[in-house]
Amino acid sequence: MSLRMPRVRRARLSLFTAGTASLALLTSACGGSGAGSSAAPKEFSYLSVTENTTVKTALTTMSKGACKSANDALPLKVETVPQASLDQKLQLLAGQDALPVQFAAGNAPALTQQLEKSGKVADLEKELKSLGVLDQLEPAAVSTIKALYGGKVEVLPYEYNIEGIFYNKKLFQENGIAVPGTWDELVAGAAKLDAKDVQPFSASGQQGWPITRLVSTYLYRSLGPDALQKVADGKAKLTDPEYVKAAEEIAALGKEGYFGKGVGSIDYDTAMNQFLNGKAAMFYMGSWALANISDAKQNKVGAENVGFMPFPAVAGGEGSVDQYPSNVGLGITLGAKSFDKKTGEWVSCIAKNYGSTALKDHGSISGFKVNTEVKDANEVTAQVRDTIGASKQNVLWFEALFSTKATTVSQTNAAGLVGGSMSPEQFMKTVQDALAAQ
Amino acid sequence: MHRVLGDRRAIAILLGPALLVYSLIMLVPIVWSLGYSFTKGNTIDGFSGNGAANFSRLFDDPAVRDALWFTLKYAAIVTVGQVVAGYLLALLYVFFLKKSSALIRTLAFFPVVLPTVAVGLLFQKFFQVAPQTGPVNSLLNAVGLDSIDFFGSAGSAFWVLIVMDIWRSMGFYAVLLFAGLVDIPDEVLESARLDGASGLRLIRHIVLPLSLPVLMSSLIFSINGTLKVFDSVVALTNGGPGNGTTPLTLYMFQTSFTYSDYGYGSTIALLLTVVCLLVSLVVYRVSQRDITEG
Repeated sequence: MSLRMPRVRRARLSLFTAGTASLALLTSACGGSGAGSSAAPKEFSYLSVTENTTVKTALTTMSKGACKSANDALPLKVETVPQASLDQKLQLLAGQDALPVQFAAGNAPALTQQLEKSGKVADLEKELKSLGVLDQLEPAAVSTIKALYGGKVEVLPYEYNIEGIFYNKKLFQENGIAVPGTWDELVAGAAKLDAKDVQPFSASGQQGWPITRLVSTYLYRSLGPDALQKVADGKAKLTDPEYVKAAEEIAALGKEGYFGKGVGSIDYDTAMNQFLNGKAAMFYMGSWALANISDAKQNKVGAENVGFMPFPAVAGGEGSVDQYPSNVGLGITLGAKSFDKKTGEWVSCIAKNYGSTALKDHGSISGFKVNTEVKDANEVTAQVRDTIGASKQNVLWFEALFSTKATTVSQTNAAGLVGGSMSPEQFMKTVQDALAAQ
Repeated sequence: MHRVLGDRRAIAILLGPALLVYSLIMLVPIVWSLGYSFTKGNTIDGFSGNGAANFSRLFDDPAVRDALWFTLKYAAIVTVGQVVAGYLLALLYVFFLKKSSALIRTLAFFPVVLPTVAVGLLFQKFFQVAPQTGPVNSLLNAVGLDSIDFFGSAGSAFWVLIVMDIWRSMGFYAVLLFAGLVDIPDEVLESARLDGASGLRLIRHIVLPLSLPVLMSSLIFSINGTLKVFDSVVALTNGGPGNGTTPLTLYMFQTSFTYSDYGYGSTIALLLTVVCLLVSLVVYRVSQRDITEG
């Protein structure tokens, strides 16, 4: 060592250097930018899920056309995450106060309401009113949103879906089955198809919800439109015999093998393909499936061979078949702090133009008014649009009023319900316990 | 050099930065997480004190019991499977294949380098029943048996997971144990052979005791890894059907980040830490005794 520094000084210097270095490391790691929603936004940032391509593509189309001026002022920037990790991402962003300007607000309405309560979500009813575009939202869509989000407009109706059973007209005709009006007729029809080696239903057990939807819609038919509100309010339990009955009916379909083999391994796309390739006769799904049905590349049975029927009535039940389960797709909302004039420009342009763009380019029905007349792609699309226009009272889905935990528990156990590894009582008890846990 | 290392301040300077970084990224989060276990809430709602409620919930929660039982069962079976399969492979390399074992060693090690997600998908396809019948079910059909929906029940899904994880990691333990076996001096083996020991007796009385230390480290290594299993479960079954294959780690992850209950998630993490600590302690005690005796 040629440098002769006193030992003490050397030690202090090294300690100081080490300390500063670690401090720098710490601040750079934990500091984060923290920017985002607190300052005026520089982009119309939009966070959505990878699985949904319609909104993303339609917005991009609009940014080059109808909303060009809004886009010039605040350029659109899309970011996507897989749907399964959306909730985690939102929580982290919300915790850092870095939510984007517009974002998919969680897989369950419960998370959206949590965000709303902590003041992260804009009051859209007020904002839309002051922009003068509240009337661009279909009243049916607004009432569905309010039913879902505790009486508030917390999300925009980028989709407006009703759900029912799509069926293969050709398979029905070949096997001499009329469109079933009651649950018993549906079960009898399924038995007839099964006897002829036609798989009656296709459903994704991996997703779970296409199966729990059957349980809830049966409940709405048998116990009336407030069946699940009563559960949410604690006035009824899923373990009550009349509730378990619904699970029993759906489990019975599974026991007969009407969903085909290994329903728990069937993912969403496979279930869709089974129906669109004529391998299954019926498919409970939302009207968003019209995009796939209208696509000749995917739909091998032809759109003209696909019919749509409401979930059938249950004998002696209090509900009626014209109460369609409805939803607004994945809720997409806007941040409270980043809602400024430029964002408002974007929002009013979306409200005025999204309805026709989505319908024309994607065959997707939204809750925005269609201001430029679009010709329906096929008969089934026209039928569904008419049904939406005529519907007066709608119902929700099984997990709509559940906590995120109960939602996950319900959807991951659904395959077990129809696969036979879980009894109907066990299924309802597991979900009820998860509901009670939070 | 000796003078530098003999100086306490010099040691402090040399160790200080590393210790500081270690404390910041390891110890602080552990203590932090311990603190969280007395709270309720998440990053959106904020946190509020919750006393010992999370702990009493931990004892009442049947899902925790299921997850803990699954974790222990999985760890025990996979640890034994990994180490035994690895040891057998290592014996094969050393005593049968001898110098020509390089190719087999490479092949057996290959699954270790594959990403877990890829292995998970591979096994999913291998054992699937729908939409296409996978190879395993085709084989069952060929011998006149019905297809089995392996992922439809917790029991069969568990065994697929076990097979997958043993297959995935036995090559690694084979290499680890191979290194231990190669270390056994040839003279010892030679003299044992001259004394008449051969085959199983040679392995039982000479090879096994001499490779015990490395076998024990493999066990500790393996049990700590398997108690914390996460990626292979997520990739293969995602904890399903229902919560049939959900280990503590996955339940902790879901509770914290999906159900946004950070407090209870931290409590589950604490339970996992305690379990790991206890198991390590037991294995360590047992191994110490055995080594001195062996």
